[in-house]
Amino acid sequence: MTSANIRIDEATAPVRPILEIKDLAITFKTGSGEVKAVKNAHLTIMPGETVAIVGESGSGKSTTALAAIGLLPNNGRVSGGQILLDGEDIAHAPEKRMIELRGSHIGMVPQDPMSNLNPVWKIGYQVRETLKANGRPDGPEDVARVLAEAGLPDAARRAKQYPHEFSGGMRQRALIAIGLSCQPKLLIADEPTSALDVTVQRRILDHLDKMTTELGTSVLLITHDLGLAAERADKVIVMYQGNVVEAGPSLELLRNPQHPYTRRLVESAPSLASRRIQVAKEQGVEAEDLLAPVAVAKERSTDEILQIKNLRKIYKLRQGLGQTSDFAAVDDVSFTVKRGTTTAIVGESGSGKSTVAKMVLQLEKPTEGQIVFDGVDTAGLKGKDLFKFRRRVQPIFQDPYGSLDPMYNIFRTIEEPLRVHKIGNAASREKKVRELLDQVALPQSMMQRYPNELSGGQRQRIAIARALALDPEVIICDEAVSALDVLVQAQVLNLLADLQDNLGLTYLFITHDLAVVRQIADHVCVMEKGKLVETGSTDDVFDNPREAYTQALLDAIPGGSLLLPPAVA
Amino acid sequence: MVRFIFRRLLQVIPVFLGTTLLVYYMVFALPGDPIAALFGERQPPQSVIDALRAQYNLDQPFWVQYGLFLKNLFTFNLGVDFTQQPIAAALARAFPVTAMLAIEALIIQAVFGIAFGVFAGLKKGKLFDSTVLVVSLLVIAVPTFVLGFVFQLIFGVQLGWAKPTVGANADWGNLILPAVVLGLVSFAYVLRLTRASVSENMNADYVRTATAKGLSRPRVVIAHILRNSLIPVVTYLGANLGGLMGGAIVTEGIFNVPGVGNKLFQAIQRSEGPTIVAIVSVLVLVFVITNLLVDLLYAWLDPRIRYDQ
Repeated sequence: MTSANIRIDEATAPVRPILEIKDLAITFKTGSGEVKAVKNAHLTIMPGETVAIVGESGSGKSTTALAAIGLLPNNGRVSGGQILLDGEDIAHAPEKRMIELRGSHIGMVPQDPMSNLNPVWKIGYQVRETLKANGRPDGPEDVARVLAEAGLPDAARRAKQYPHEFSGGMRQRALIAIGLSCQPKLLIADEPTSALDVTVQRRILDHLDKMTTELGTSVLLITHDLGLAAERADKVIVMYQGNVVEAGPSLELLRNPQHPYTRRLVESAPSLASRRIQVAKEQGVEAEDLLAPVAVAKERSTDEILQIKNLRKIYKLRQGLGQTSDFAAVDDVSFTVKRGTTTAIVGESGSGKSTVAKMVLQLEKPTEGQIVFDGVDTAGLKGKDLFKFRRRVQPIFQDPYGSLDPMYNIFRTIEEPLRVHKIGNAASREKKVRELLDQVALPQSMMQRYPNELSGGQRQRIAIARALALDPEVIICDEAVSALDVLVQAQVLNLLADLQDNLGLTYLFITHDLAVVRQIADHVCVMEKGKLVETGSTDDVFDNPREAYTQALLDAIPGGSLLLPPAVA
Repeated sequence: MVRFIFRRLLQVIPVFLGTTLLVYYMVFALPGDPIAALFGERQPPQSVIDALRAQYNLDQPFWVQYGLFLKNLFTFNLGVDFTQQPIAAALARAFPVTAMLAIEALIIQAVFGIAFGVFAGLKKGKLFDSTVLVVSLLVIAVPTFVLGFVFQLIFGVQLGWAKPTVGANADWGNLILPAVVLGLVSFAYVLRLTRASVSENMNADYVRTATAKGLSRPRVVIAHILRNSLIPVVTYLGANLGGLMGGAIVTEGIFNVPGVGNKLFQAIQRSEGPTIVAIVSVLVLVFVITNLLVDLLYAWLDPRIRYDQ
């Protein structure tokens, strides 16, 4: 797993690579002809080595990995090159041979723990059928052992539960257990932790490291996170638009990127060293932007637009026959947000950060405490006043795929809030939509298109445009960039910073990603199990974290421990 | 679970009262005098008419009629129909026939619909899939009475494979032809539903993971595609069984099946309030119970569904 290991391996015997991909090309048949998803991929993984493929979505990294285990979608095929598994070319191997190899020779840990376990079978069953299919002992004790090795506590009992009774981290452990249950020589880990919290991510990757090192398994790690790749892999391979553009030992590649794309990737990696985005300095400021709106924005006072006082939210949990127990999702949280600034609430899932956001948006009622918006307690808002309040506070949600109506075209999506609030007439609304598209740097020609025709980054821009339509004062971003690739994430963060500068917006940023916090926030509130454990200016919290929990969150940022020369950082 | 079943059974009460009231009112509001219609051209003495009206409570206002009906129902006295036959006995003859027909039709549509649907879904876009789709569209497009008469003519009369009409002695064998006709229409829907569900689940992440585990294709299909795909199909089949139990008026008519559909049709023609409402009452119970069974089956197929919360 470490570079020391490889050297020993290389020194002791003439080793054959476990996986060697040569000049691989993969073609997809689509409605509009054939598309080359992978044009030229090559990589070599030695026994016991961990190799990471890094790239944005659509770069062909996952497709390459899927080809190695013979799981390309039906419309995809290997159109050139070789995939040598332990010397055997499996690029065109018959399905029968692939069934023999899968599980026992090549294992896989998939990306999304939520969708990769069959919801209708018990966890134990899903482990057992893996053991059975590969001719391993498959008694209940074997199932429990496999799960326990993957770090699942109380495995024998847990095996009898269904996936929906597991947390994300536990599901991913179950999937790791399945992937490694038959001791494959090669494990393909496709973004194994990108759906998990940073601290959980770290624990799971540590455990995966430990297991693969003990078993001597080679790992092909697919990730979009350069920091994570560099920290976990011996070698990094950078893919861009179906080609391998750069490959080499991790740290070397990170410190001295050659290809322009790799350089961009290193630069936009939200590493710890980056500071608050200084928009005006970074971009050549254009004359028009300096006109009216900016002047107004700058003159605005920095009063406290949002005051949260002793906020508490209790959920009643049902415990069998008519009994309930109280669960404090948010427990005595107080903080203030100054106009025109960005406050980030960070914490793991279950820390209550999203519940705070929902209460501020008036989507949930607080059990106790006050939310004072611009001097008015929001608890008393009803009817018309609430309607007006909603106009001034707008949300942007995490999932740009789920939060846009697939049946609405872009124009209708952005226009809807204007229509709901009866602002202007058809002509003025259209003008406004055009302006909004300009603001979020999307072409006006996009108005007639539908969400499914856009990329994730474009959709999130649409969500931002929709949020801006009503000229709100506060925007609540609930994990607004977590679903995006690094480069796209950087663009969207820049856009948000730009808009804040131009329009004097106030952001309340809910996120689990501390690296993002560093880039965008002025103030940070750290939440743990419903309580606010630490708050302060971003620099203070990052440089001198007072709480152990904050320190743990900071440590868990992938690549955080890597030292980069200031030039790229 | 027990609590859920109990709650669901309690729901029967308002549903039952609501439907019977509605049906009773509609029969009451029908134009024309059912007693006068009984005698056709002849003009009976007024005393006979009055006696009949009194016997069926037709001389009472609506609420009294409905109240008396409920009272009789709860004392298990369904009364007699206009031909002075006990309604309970007539229902006891008709329901088993319809139940047999419904179950036979259900088996036909479930077995063939799911089997064809799974194959079509797995081979989406191939020849088998396209053929099956076109044929199922054809089946949906042709009205039941056309299908019924054509099958009766071809298989019953010309080929003689089955009895063209059922008549008094209805058994599983005699009912096969009407069951096929009755099952065919829903068969097409079951097929399409299964096909859509299978082809959607085929691309699910957990199916890919199952393949990556090294499972053989048949195992992947049976354990991971089929079970998950059956969830919407079971719901449809359950709702459909309720419908089938209500009797298929057209099909029962064509094949002369002495079932509930036939009985209900005759009763409606004669404006026989007591018979109509008696049949509907039983049907409400059948509907509620089949729906409950479907819900339980649903929870068994999909463990994420829990009714106790």
